[in-house]
Amino acid sequence: MSGYEFDWSVITSGQYFWWLVSGVEITIKLSLVSIVLSFLLGLLVAIMRMSPLGPMRWAAVGYLEFFRNTPLLVQIFFWYFGSYKILPLFLNDWLNRHDFEFASAVIALTIYTSAFIAEDIRSGIRSIPKEQMEAARSSGFSYVRAMQYIILPQAVRITIPPLISQFLNLTKNSSLAMTIGVAELTYQARQVESYTFKGFEAFTAATLVYLVISVVITVMVTVYDRKVLNPIGMR
Amino acid sequence: MIRFQGVHKWFGTLHVLNDIDFTVKQGETVVVCGPSGSGKSTLIRTINKLEPIQKGTLVVDGRDLSDPGTDITRLRAEIGFVFQQFNLYPHLSTLRNITLAPIKIRRLSRKDAEEQAMALLERVGLAEKRDAYPAQLSGGQQQRVAIARALAMKPRIMLFDEPTSALDPEMIGEVLQVMKGLAHTGMTLVVVTHEMGFAREVSDRITFMDYGKILEEAKPEEFFRNPRHERAKEFLKEILSPMH
Repeated sequence: MSGYEFDWSVITSGQYFWWLVSGVEITIKLSLVSIVLSFLLGLLVAIMRMSPLGPMRWAAVGYLEFFRNTPLLVQIFFWYFGSYKILPLFLNDWLNRHDFEFASAVIALTIYTSAFIAEDIRSGIRSIPKEQMEAARSSGFSYVRAMQYIILPQAVRITIPPLISQFLNLTKNSSLAMTIGVAELTYQARQVESYTFKGFEAFTAATLVYLVISVVITVMVTVYDRKVLNPIGMR
Repeated sequence: MIRFQGVHKWFGTLHVLNDIDFTVKQGETVVVCGPSGSGKSTLIRTINKLEPIQKGTLVVDGRDLSDPGTDITRLRAEIGFVFQQFNLYPHLSTLRNITLAPIKIRRLSRKDAEEQAMALLERVGLAEKRDAYPAQLSGGQQQRVAIARALAMKPRIMLFDEPTSALDPEMIGEVLQVMKGLAHTGMTLVVVTHEMGFAREVSDRITFMDYGKILEEAKPEEFFRNPRHERAKEFLKEILSPMH
């Protein structure tokens, strides 16, 4: 045997425990902010992607292909090391005075995830039978109003399970933010390892936290499926 | 109320409406029948422009559907349409299915819209289903809700596109009863259906279509006693005694 001594007390109390807790906090904060923003951006891109106007559609397709087909890590580095060259000066100043690392991570995660979300929303909209649009138009709804009151509410309900799985991915992907120095969970586990050489314990703890977050989200989706989608025959 | 003059429509090379001349007067109940693929569904769908026409004139409630100045969305609000597959909104309760358009388009208050919706649900015999979702209703119940939804806009014309064709036999009667009630209120009704009992008892006139053309128009008793066109004779024979 290698003679490694397990010592779980390092991470269950004291300073190192609190490092991990602050890591969990940042992971959750980073994920939540990016989830909300990526949903809004994804909805916008999905609508652009389905627009009758050619240039709108092409812009959306370019966006989707570009951000879905390049590695997230490269995108994170791009926004962290490269964004000051393309962002206006006042925005850079503002970012530097605040948490530039955190902001870069939010931007990268938001844009990357929004591309996947946009495609999920689009397939949600396309899965609504065209007769729903016909029924709405027959009642005197304009195209936009029919979308607003009849098509989108159904599409969003159907899209929620795949959306949640994108949110899950996003939460896990947020660990990449450690590479630009965001003190989230993986970063803190790494710190604990550096200070104590108890890498196994530290990363086990981090793994468990990610697992718990994922399981909680998965259970929520299952309940949603059973309680909300099933009774109204939308599964 | 509805006037077709020399109307043509093609789906690609398929001539689905061929020189249609057809008039429905206010308060009339007209049944359109014919074999499948005869163009009868297309005909009724052109009346609220779910299908555009390519040639001829179609005037509905005094408005020319080919005129770009006609506000088709507004006109549709005044024409009720009932589909073969009901097409209720699955994410909304029965009550909300009925109140949505009155609230959003007619700007009724929620309270007024709900009162009106409950009165309509009473009329179609489904008041106790106000909070049920479409998936929890039988086909016949869904279709009655769909009729109530259309009536909630106080339409001047009601169009029915094979309203009982998707129903189990024991549910057809309940829907036809509701439609019969409507015919007696003096509303203008155009009904595409194979229900010859309804046609005979309720309609003012029967229009028989095949190959995209109107082949025969007659009073019901005349149509059933003495169909003139060869195709109409065959069709009646098929539908009245399918086993011969």
